[in-house]
Amino acid sequence: MSILVNKDTRLVVQGITGKTGTFHTLQCIEYGTNVVAGVTPGKGGQMWEGKVPVCNTVAEAVKEYGANVSVIYVPPAFAADSILEAIEAEIPLVICITEGVPVRDMAEVRRRLYFHNTKTRLIGPNCPGIITPGECKIGIMPGYIHKPGRVGVVSRSGTLTYEAVWQLTQRGHGQSTCIGIGGDPINGTSQLDAVRMLNEDPNTDAIIMIGEIGGSAEEEACAYIKQHVKKPVAGFIAGASAPKGRTMGHAGAIVSANGAGTAEAKFAAMEDAGVSIARNPSEIADALLKIYKPNT
Amino acid sequence: MNIHEYQAKRLLKEYGVPVPRGYAAQNSKEVETAISHLGDEKIVVKAQIHAGGRGKGTFTDGYKGGVKVTENRAAALDAANHMLDNTLVTNQTGPAGRKVQTLYFTEACEIVHEYYLAIVLDRETAQSVIIASTEGGMDIEDVAEKTPEKIIRVPISPTMGLRHHQCRRVAFALGFEGDQVKQFARILTGVYKMFWEKNAMLVEINPLVTTPTGSIEALDAKVSFDDNAIFQHPDIQQLRDLNEEDAKEIEASKHNLSYIALDGNIACMVNGAGLAMATMDIIQSFGGSPANFLDVGGGANEDQVTAAFKIILSDPNVKGILVNIFGGIMKCDVIARGIVAAAKNVEITVPLVVRLEGTNVEAGKQILRDSGVALTPADNLVQAAELIVGQVNSAS
Repeated sequence: MSILVNKDTRLVVQGITGKTGTFHTLQCIEYGTNVVAGVTPGKGGQMWEGKVPVCNTVAEAVKEYGANVSVIYVPPAFAADSILEAIEAEIPLVICITEGVPVRDMAEVRRRLYFHNTKTRLIGPNCPGIITPGECKIGIMPGYIHKPGRVGVVSRSGTLTYEAVWQLTQRGHGQSTCIGIGGDPINGTSQLDAVRMLNEDPNTDAIIMIGEIGGSAEEEACAYIKQHVKKPVAGFIAGASAPKGRTMGHAGAIVSANGAGTAEAKFAAMEDAGVSIARNPSEIADALLKIYKPNT
Repeated sequence: MNIHEYQAKRLLKEYGVPVPRGYAAQNSKEVETAISHLGDEKIVVKAQIHAGGRGKGTFTDGYKGGVKVTENRAAALDAANHMLDNTLVTNQTGPAGRKVQTLYFTEACEIVHEYYLAIVLDRETAQSVIIASTEGGMDIEDVAEKTPEKIIRVPISPTMGLRHHQCRRVAFALGFEGDQVKQFARILTGVYKMFWEKNAMLVEINPLVTTPTGSIEALDAKVSFDDNAIFQHPDIQQLRDLNEEDAKEIEASKHNLSYIALDGNIACMVNGAGLAMATMDIIQSFGGSPANFLDVGGGANEDQVTAAFKIILSDPNVKGILVNIFGGIMKCDVIARGIVAAAKNVEITVPLVVRLEGTNVEAGKQILRDSGVALTPADNLVQAAELIVGQVNSAS
């Protein structure tokens, strides 16, 4: 069991007929995800790969095929518009994989999410997606490294999440749900949002949070963990060796000139919140297993 | 993307922000022309580099100051001759400094008071924010630390935009009166319009000054743009100055590789930004020093891997290479073939440690074993970092 996505998820893929959309949708279907429709404006009525009906609009995918989660693979210039379309179709969960969305577009999307009684949660953009192992995979993560279980994982980074998940799986510990929140400075779901959901999930027993330099998302999550989370939490922050003022690949990964957002500040917040710290990315699972002793 | 002061001021002028009259020059002929456009009186000569602290900087030949207020044309020419093609070191350039390839000559203006004005995108609130202060002309971080009460912050809604009452609020908080309130409101409106229309991340005017005649002018400006939105602005793309960028970073961007040059000696090649940072961290934790950040992305092909090796090896400081790939969508056998192809194309003369994990890992390892390329395989990240740091240290 899990948060946000499971075997009852009915997925619509925005940008299903594109190269990226096609490749990853095939992978997700192979994993067992229930893809009920795709959206490519102008291609409505077609059958994608002979198996999934294509709609012109997200609203149609909701009405005709009962879609309740959307994933977005459209190019960066159109990604914000696609998110807004999904919000207006009142899809409860939207996952935007697209990398390179203009920050100004995301500022507008964030307003729409926060101030109009929105029914939608957005994950991403610039993220690997979300997976509830054994039930539903949405996004670009490799399915086979995961295993059903009771550890929740939230992360700003894709491959670093795979690293942590693979460590867990190799040590025999499965995952409830793994969420990649993405590496952009303005996104839909924060570390805090994800940690809160995993904390409230009865089927998650322990949490791993993986952060990066830049911003204060990890500090905010740690303040919540200190107050409310009784489940064991382990954490890692990437970017301790990064120089100030340079953006390290992710637009959000930057230590500002005045030193805000450093790895040291984030590790300190974790320490203060009682989070078991991995100083090294190879030890993320071990950091959790130091404080988490499952019965099995 | 950053631009020069003279480019920023031209843009500001287009948006109705008053700036002192000025001319840019890139060679001695242009210098003469620029100076001849200005009167034979006080002229300010400003080195144009993408770094702050120019006024207090020193050139590598000992000449002091990248911003000079000169008394007349002859003195301006003399300062220009010292600065042009000379290398300026400031507290923001690093010890190597930056070669000055453009100078900016402006009218000198008498200053009554210096203010600070900026609009910046605040990631926490996902809004742009006006930051203003009566303490202009100095580092705003210092003002924020020592006298935080002197910093005015006003958020601007991305959907409603800047409103008149917000302009008035900032103007009154800065102590403006009468006509200056209107002048300031026009300036702030122009700055915000430019910020929004051009997808800027930062527009900073420091100092914004009042003159004895009561006018308000922007004396220095710094602007940076959202790289994700540059494709929408061909006019801004043209302002890119490749002289200000690392040659290796330019080459990497041609191949869609995310590369940042650093000053260590162990090069890294990794897929994914988070894992790439973590790989740099672990090299450092074993006492090594990363030569670069390099994210080959999720779908790199053989050509990109070869290009990445060429870029890495063009850095003379590199004494070893660590490849760390966690194959997801990216398959390990593709990376392995890329490494083998690169080794045929580029002579790899330094130790190479390769750690592969994930999709098709066995096929990838087999390709590397069969290739005969001289490398050390590693089973995990700790072992990989330990191996490369050890090999680099024992070689030196």
